[in-house]
Amino acid sequence: MSALRRLAPVILGMIVLAAWEGLVRLLAVPAFVLPPPSAVVAALLADPNTLGLSLWFTLTVTLQAFALAVTGGVALAILFTRSPLLASALYPYAVILQVTPVMAIAPLLLVWVGYERVDLAQLILAWIVAFFPILGNTTLGLRSADAGLRDLFRLYGASKWQVLWRLELPSALPYLLAGMKISGGLALIGAVVAEFVAGSGTGSGLAWRIVDASNRLNTPRMFAALALLSLLGIAIFALLSLVQRLALRRWHDSEASHP
Amino acid sequence: MMGQGPAPFLELQGVTKRFPNGTLALTDISLAVGDGEFLAIVGASGCGKSTILRHVAGLVAPTAGRITWSQPLAAGGVGMVFQEPTLMPWARIRDNVRLPLDLAKVPRAEADARVTALLAQVGLADYAQAYPRELSGGMKMRASIARALVTRPRLLLMDEPFAALDEITRQKLNDDLLALWREQRFTAMFVTHSVYEGVYLANRAIVMAPRPGRIHADIPLDLPYPRDEALRTDARYAAACRTVSLALADAMRGAA
Ligand SMILES: Nc1ncnc2c1ncn2[C@@H]1O[C@H](COP(=O)(O)OP(=O)(O)OP(=O)(O)O)[C@@H](O)[C@H]1O
Ligand SMILES: [Mg+2]
Repeated sequence: MSALRRLAPVILGMIVLAAWEGLVRLLAVPAFVLPPPSAVVAALLADPNTLGLSLWFTLTVTLQAFALAVTGGVALAILFTRSPLLASALYPYAVILQVTPVMAIAPLLLVWVGYERVDLAQLILAWIVAFFPILGNTTLGLRSADAGLRDLFRLYGASKWQVLWRLELPSALPYLLAGMKISGGLALIGAVVAEFVAGSGTGSGLAWRIVDASNRLNTPRMFAALALLSLLGIAIFALLSLVQRLALRRWHDSEASHP
Repeated sequence: MMGQGPAPFLELQGVTKRFPNGTLALTDISLAVGDGEFLAIVGASGCGKSTILRHVAGLVAPTAGRITWSQPLAAGGVGMVFQEPTLMPWARIRDNVRLPLDLAKVPRAEADARVTALLAQVGLADYAQAYPRELSGGMKMRASIARALVTRPRLLLMDEPFAALDEITRQKLNDDLLALWREQRFTAMFVTHSVYEGVYLANRAIVMAPRPGRIHADIPLDLPYPRDEALRTDARYAAACRTVSLALADAMRGAA
């Protein structure tokens, strides 16, 4: 039963791919409109180096933005919870940064960092998108430490550092991990959008491959780049889910309740 | 019995607490607690029992009045058992119990030795490596008591620690607590809703009246220790319970 359930999405995927392949061939749909899966695989295998390099480039930008979002978000969240004044001063601007569409910021950012440093602009844009869930979730998590445990720490004269390290950060961990799962996906979206709007720098990411293939009406190649992007997103999500499960399974209700 | 001596271990002098929202939780609480006493505090819900303990623990400051100690207590001199077990869910039981020692930077080897001994004493030796969620309610409470005792406190504050437990577990934990008290000679302040529990444990009952919280009666309980199951059918126990119950009913009536 559970094995069948786990296999269900794979089987469905196979059926859809087979139907797709069959229908496209049967109806003789032109490849530039909708290529069959076999043509997409062929496009992938025809030029694995270029696409692989683009995958690597997009991955690098995504991971850098994600790492900066996590460290920056956690650091700022800690600062926010230390200083309510700083929090109320900065928070509205963090929100403004978050709600302003990243596409709209891109041209301005390009002017500021300079057109010769598109990579940096891409990184900043992806970071802006990925940053907020970390900041928001970690701030909430740090504040959500149990009031009874806070009293306990006070009773024993715990220093602020001890409270942070032994109480607030562990309390925030489930929130941080949930934020990281959202943020990881957003970092990838940010990296792709940033490349669309800011263009390519020293290297070309998958977004650029899609634009390029689109200009040439090379639809199979577009699908190939798209498939790689999806795989990357799935891999990031799966990895972060695994981290979440490993970190929380012994003690947190969200993970521990699974049999 | 004790407490009437010349130098009380701890003394509340005219403690009054008005919370920022205007609630007058305590008025003019004056109470001297002798060294080694076991004090039961009973009273209706909302009459300020928890607030008294939180004052003694230094978690809130009185609006008026003061709290004096016969001698300054070292860090960890006061242990507290909250109504909830209040364990860190991410830490194993032995790490939870060791927390007060870790916060005081007690060397690890010494701390571990003390934790091991205490866990054995409260019957949790086999659960040192478990996480709180893997324990029953009564076991969590035992862990919480072990943690409160791990610093070898001079004063143990308990806020309805067994309220959520079934009668059997509760009586077992009452006996365990009395054994620990007789062995370690700490001073105890025990808040409870149950007159029977309070009389079973304590050598003095403080009955509180509500709105605003104040001390209505201070009743010595001269039943002998050690106390055990036999006491529950003892006529003197029944009489003491009756005295405290009447005082409690009286306190409620005064408030109505
Ligand atoms: N932080 C607070 N802010 C405002 N009012 C409070 C606060 N803590 C307690 N109170 C009020 O003080 C009064 C006494 O509260 P306390 O918790 O000490 O009662 P209690 O005797 O322990 O009751 P219970 O038996 O239900 O635990 C109540 O009226 C309560 O509403
Ligand atoms: Mg209370």
